[in-house]
Amino acid sequence: MITPTIKNLSTQGSSRRVFMQGLLSASGLLLAARVPGMSALPLGDMSEGDFASALADFRPNVFLSIDNAGKVTIVAHRSEMGTGIRTSLPMVVAEELGADWESVRLEQALGDAKYGSQNTDGSRSIRRFYSVMRDAGASARAMLEQAAAARWGVEASECDCRDSKVLHPDSERAIGFGELVEEAGKLAVPASDSLRYRAAAERRYVGQETKIYDLEGILDGSAVFGMDVRIPGTKHAAVARCPVVGGKVKSVDSKAAMAIRGVEKVVQIPVYKGHYAFQPLGGVAVIANNTWTAIQAVNALKIEWDLGPNADYDSAAYGKALVAATHEPGQVFRDVGDIEPAFEAASKELSADYEAPHLAHAPMEPPCALALFKDGAVEAWAPTQNPQSTQEVLTQVLGLAADKVKVNVTLLGGGFGRKSKSDFVAEAALLSKELGAPVHVTWTREDDIRHDFYHTVTAVHMKAAMDEEGKPTALLTRASFPPINSTFDPSADAPSSFEIGMGLSDQPWAIPNIRVEGCKAAARTRIGWLRSVSHIPHAFAVNSFVDELAWAAKTDPYEFLMALLGEDRMLDLSGVEYSNHSEPMSRYPFDLKRLKAVTKIAAERSGWGRELPKGKGLGIACHRSFLSYQATVVEVDVSQRGVVRLPKVWSVIDCGLAVNPDRVRSQMEGAAAFGASLTLGGAVTMQNGAVQQSNFHDYPIARMDEAPREVDVHIVPSEDLPGGVGEVGVPPFAPAMCNAIYAATGKRVRKLPLSGQDLRWE
Amino acid sequence: MTTLRINGRQVTVDDLDPSTPLLWVLRDRLGMTGTKFGCGMSLCGACTIHLNGTAVRSCVTPLAAAADKDVTTIEGLSEQGDHPVQKAWAECDVPQCGYCQPGQMMSAAALLARKKRPSDQDIDSAMRGNICRCGTYQRIRKAIHSAAEEMK
Repeated sequence: MITPTIKNLSTQGSSRRVFMQGLLSASGLLLAARVPGMSALPLGDMSEGDFASALADFRPNVFLSIDNAGKVTIVAHRSEMGTGIRTSLPMVVAEELGADWESVRLEQALGDAKYGSQNTDGSRSIRRFYSVMRDAGASARAMLEQAAAARWGVEASECDCRDSKVLHPDSERAIGFGELVEEAGKLAVPASDSLRYRAAAERRYVGQETKIYDLEGILDGSAVFGMDVRIPGTKHAAVARCPVVGGKVKSVDSKAAMAIRGVEKVVQIPVYKGHYAFQPLGGVAVIANNTWTAIQAVNALKIEWDLGPNADYDSAAYGKALVAATHEPGQVFRDVGDIEPAFEAASKELSADYEAPHLAHAPMEPPCALALFKDGAVEAWAPTQNPQSTQEVLTQVLGLAADKVKVNVTLLGGGFGRKSKSDFVAEAALLSKELGAPVHVTWTREDDIRHDFYHTVTAVHMKAAMDEEGKPTALLTRASFPPINSTFDPSADAPSSFEIGMGLSDQPWAIPNIRVEGCKAAARTRIGWLRSVSHIPHAFAVNSFVDELAWAAKTDPYEFLMALLGEDRMLDLSGVEYSNHSEPMSRYPFDLKRLKAVTKIAAERSGWGRELPKGKGLGIACHRSFLSYQATVVEVDVSQRGVVRLPKVWSVIDCGLAVNPDRVRSQMEGAAAFGASLTLGGAVTMQNGAVQQSNFHDYPIARMDEAPREVDVHIVPSEDLPGGVGEVGVPPFAPAMCNAIYAATGKRVRKLPLSGQDLRWE
Repeated sequence: MTTLRINGRQVTVDDLDPSTPLLWVLRDRLGMTGTKFGCGMSLCGACTIHLNGTAVRSCVTPLAAAADKDVTTIEGLSEQGDHPVQKAWAECDVPQCGYCQPGQMMSAAALLARKKRPSDQDIDSAMRGNICRCGTYQRIRKAIHSAAEEMK
């Protein structure tokens, strides 16, 4: 699950992460940044010997080129799914280079390990690649300045780059990049430790609100998403898949389907072998001359299914079993102090069970892909979050060598983790091979909701011991959920430290006795990861319970929360197996000062403490995830009939350096809407192994009048190491909203979502 | 054989069943992919186009229903991408992933064509059929007000 990544080198004092190489090509100066071959790297810190052997695997890798006309082209190697990353990382290169941003051209990278990880999830694009991009820009700039300085007979240190020109301010001279390309290309690449970076005050792009590169194309309809990509001769396919995951085709009668005008071929896709991983589910595909006909023909197929081993999966019963599991001891993940005597000595106890359901990702663009299999090689065009793993999956299902598989990344119409899994691309590739023509596969919305890699279903049991004043003296947390790893390893039947570490084992409370346990749960469906992953159910349980403790102690929830966060300190997680989103604690400690600061700002901005009439209320929650700190205050307006409206949300994030503040803000706005969707009505349920929802009428996404009407976002100004952004706003939302509902109505929500629950009040 | 006018251009479609939704005629027959597929059931609005000036969901509008009518898609909303709605969307930095935005803008343009100064309530009722999973609603609302101001 946790792929070895570039950060492994970052803790090495002697090893800069980027090795620059100047190459003179026909088109001008190409600057190649070398990054380590990812697959060769082990997790954790490396010894010098390990590092030397990793060096042998380095592959040159072009992030930046400047042609003889001075045109700057920057490679965007991460996938654009709405976070703005295709703009933000190149901005960093342009900043250091001194390029004129308006005339920079972006080129989307093919899937290729030479770029380092392209796995666009885990809110890690900026934190992993900020310094790589900075070095790429700064190195090129140093070489261009040196070339210009030589021409002018001045010191390079007297030069600067701006607007794609080298300037010598003292003599008011300037030369365009294009003119210097040839000379600069002959120079030695500067050592990484000699690079000069722009000071904060000098920056023109980083830290400035910058429009996304693809804006124009999105607004005039010309932007190419995976749904839109076509090559001459493209045929269109839809696929029938077994209603129960793990099932397969028993028999198929395709007569009626073949009789439909426009249908070209019916193809059976074999069921995956072994564990699910990212392999296609198998089923029966219809290829036609247009998508609509393909969908109609799929509906006309008469298929008998062997439903397989999951045909008795009933998610309601399963949810009850998860709660029961958390009432028995599990595997201990964190044990501070000794909870047992503390519970024996307690004046009061409080316990609660929290539940959160399976969720579907439901990106607006359902899974889709185009592939062309020709002459023993395949080329795919797909809205994938992970072109390298897509390449790997295609090599597996088609039995091809990696150099016979090319993966192009289109724009993604939303991803949220669904498009990290490339089963849909594999379908297109297999069908193209069968047909001998390019095939575009479209998943209907029904396919998307019914055949997802579902966000895990979770039960969390929380129990606190309190003293006379209601101050917690011990806290027990037990969680049970089928783990993500079950999708890759069928024997994985218990929460992992990586998942428990998302909000449970790293609970920051100043409570002397803390125990966190994980309880077994065998998966009955494909478990995936969805924006914010385990942080969603965990932050819901933890922040709801803290609110319950506050009310039990008759203390203001915000005051109580701040007291429970305790002294400013780095959270001590020694002895805890803690992934910290794969970053070393030395670089990214858990800093209570920062968590408390965002919480305080959120409370202040919301006017916390003001009187509100019954039916209206404020709720607060705070959470650290993806190395960033977030606090959310939600205001609810609950009608007497129990309808919840969200007039305003206050969202505060400390993500370290914010490269493009407008995109951080838009992610926080979007996270609030995403949080509202999952709190109001998001739930996927299974009966007899089959998903009961199918489209937006029964898997609702918050609409304009249901989503928060206004999200007030505050970004804490910071020059700290960048943390994550895309997922960070989601976890505190559900608990803040449910805490607000309690304040407004006295009704405590312990099970997500709200739909079907009685929130009426008198 | 069905004849219709798409973005001012006369188009004849003769090899598709007249029950084929306009969405797929546009996308798969005419290569006009700005109009998006999201749900196929008139639930999300990603496929919104104008039929004789009224916003309709092209995923449930059969080709036959557009015979001899004027169809406007995002590609034809303006010639230079400068319809007041498009300009306001740019000014407010509305899009995140962008996939639903053609449909959002077509709904907004239809609203503004019939209501010069829409209230928040008007915007809610005109736009609640358009889902944005990225959650750009508050900027959409702002952009609609801004476009209304521009069109005054």
